[in-house]
Amino acid sequence: MELLANLQLGFGVALTLQNLLYCFTGVLLGTLIGVLPGIGPVATIAMLLPATYALPPVSALIMLAGIYYGAQYGGSTTAILVNIPGESSSVVTCLDGYAMARQGRAGAALAVAALGSFFAGTVSTLILAMFAPPLAEIAFQFGPAEYFSLMVLGLIAAIVLARGSLIKAIAMIVLGLLLGLVGADTNTGQFRFTFGLPQLADGIGFVVVAMGLFGFSEIIINLERRAKREVVMAQIKSLMPTREDFAASWKAVLRGTGIGALLGILPGGGAVLGSFAAYTLEKRIAKDPSRFGKGAIEGVAAPESANNAGAQTSFIPLLTLGIPSNAVMALMVGAMTIHGIIPGPQVMTERPELFWGMIASMWIGNLLLVILNLPLIGIWVKLLSVPYRLLYPAILLFCCIGVYSLNNSAVDVGLALLFGLLGYLFIKLDCEPAPLLLGFVLGPMMEDNLRRAMRISRGNPEVFFTRPLSLALLLIALALLIVVVLPVVRKKREEAFQE
Amino acid sequence: MKVRIRSPRDFCAGVIFLLFGLCAVLMGRGYPVGTARNMGAGYFPVVLGALLVLLGTVISIKSLMIAGEKLENIGLRPMLLVLLAIGVFAGSVDSLGIVAATTLMTVIGAAASPESRWREVVVLTLVLLGLSVGAFTYGLGLPFKLLPF
Repeated sequence: MELLANLQLGFGVALTLQNLLYCFTGVLLGTLIGVLPGIGPVATIAMLLPATYALPPVSALIMLAGIYYGAQYGGSTTAILVNIPGESSSVVTCLDGYAMARQGRAGAALAVAALGSFFAGTVSTLILAMFAPPLAEIAFQFGPAEYFSLMVLGLIAAIVLARGSLIKAIAMIVLGLLLGLVGADTNTGQFRFTFGLPQLADGIGFVVVAMGLFGFSEIIINLERRAKREVVMAQIKSLMPTREDFAASWKAVLRGTGIGALLGILPGGGAVLGSFAAYTLEKRIAKDPSRFGKGAIEGVAAPESANNAGAQTSFIPLLTLGIPSNAVMALMVGAMTIHGIIPGPQVMTERPELFWGMIASMWIGNLLLVILNLPLIGIWVKLLSVPYRLLYPAILLFCCIGVYSLNNSAVDVGLALLFGLLGYLFIKLDCEPAPLLLGFVLGPMMEDNLRRAMRISRGNPEVFFTRPLSLALLLIALALLIVVVLPVVRKKREEAFQE
Repeated sequence: MKVRIRSPRDFCAGVIFLLFGLCAVLMGRGYPVGTARNMGAGYFPVVLGALLVLLGTVISIKSLMIAGEKLENIGLRPMLLVLLAIGVFAGSVDSLGIVAATTLMTVIGAAASPESRWREVVVLTLVLLGLSVGAFTYGLGLPFKLLPF
């Protein structure tokens, strides 16, 4: 069994004392920022990137990955206990989780959320281990045309799955692609859009963009909307769910895991979408849909399993194809590049210890999270009572120091400020910033592959349609686009996001 | 005929995209564009810029016809003070050092929230100074200058 040998290698790497420690640090930080509203995994990972310079690449990636899926656990705690989604992927958990807490069943809700997440984490670790190698095999057959078409598919999927107006999401992606081109052109060395600034010659750092769009603008919005954070603490009587709870939730956990894992793999997917879809499905197939919103345990079990499964399977496109599928994965690309690793199918063959170590660490991390979350819930809840006015100056400072330390450049901090302003304006204009960041990361890759494909085909664009894999990818993209423009589906999509 | 903007939010978004697109096209044309077979540095930017101009135009025109959201009020105090705090940090960290930059940023940043209390801000500043000097400068070894001299 090759799979077993691989996993053995992975666990060997992940179980060293050092990597265990970084895995623990990652999930602990992830839980922390998951509990705290107002700071998400994107800003945190961006902030911590510089701190991982000195680490070995495996340890760095293990820690950063832990932050992402750790945040999914932490988010559920606040959603259930105080009706505030700590992360956007826990928005739907509030509906039934908080209702359960008010009925005195907070313990059961928390336990089901944690155990469901653990189950989902285990399954998706296995999925990752099983499906990544064959996908990477396919990826080795990819030429520039296929890569270009794949990125088109990824971007279209990101648009389809984004919330709000389609056309604005497309415009955000195009803007992101353009911003990604700033700096010296890799093929000709021509400086583009640098406004004569030498600091822009290497392009805009993606941490700068991420921090501005997700760190700074969030702080301004939070201060402006002054989110009420009354902690209406529900009493936790017992953490043990009753037998009825188990009976009602195990199927929901299975379904949530399936949906979450599937939607996580899709480009543009990730944790958020899966949780929404899983909740909608549970409500639709329930015998008595009116129970939802009033403390139905399926309404906690399904989305919480789904967001965790999605968080993990969204690593698949990154690790096999080298294509980031959401903003967090875009940051992981950056993290890998910092350590001299080019994401793509060759990672698995050239750096097996890195690939399998990371996968094994995810399972260990999930185990740590269950241990962290259930007994330590009291501590997390206390953290919630720290007022935002004391938190945000610290976040602001860490963000600034994080951006500065990437290149020891104060100009980068100034640039991040501009992106903060831009992000703030876009939030005000109801344009989601995530597609922009995705476009930003893919911009140079897309241009490069387009150029190479066209050079090989001597300027004939038919190359994208005559190569079967490329054609298939483009057809899927087209189908997605058609489906979402159809009035019926469009209405459904809006409904789904409304809930 | 008088044209009414029925969705101010989308109208602004459309105009912003339009302007970004125009800039990209105009600047991109200054670089060698090349041909489809041998693309120059300007090819992709011009194509993307033109696409953005098109999208911006469609969004703006749609906003004239389909009613939508009004513009949200902009909270000037949090926006200006948070941005100012970041700007002051960027402007002072190299010349005045990390101690001054941290202090200025915390105080200006704290002023962005009407809920801040000055006693707390003093304590918070001291704590953050401890972190930026102790943890970041000495602990992680970031090359910050401590003081202006």
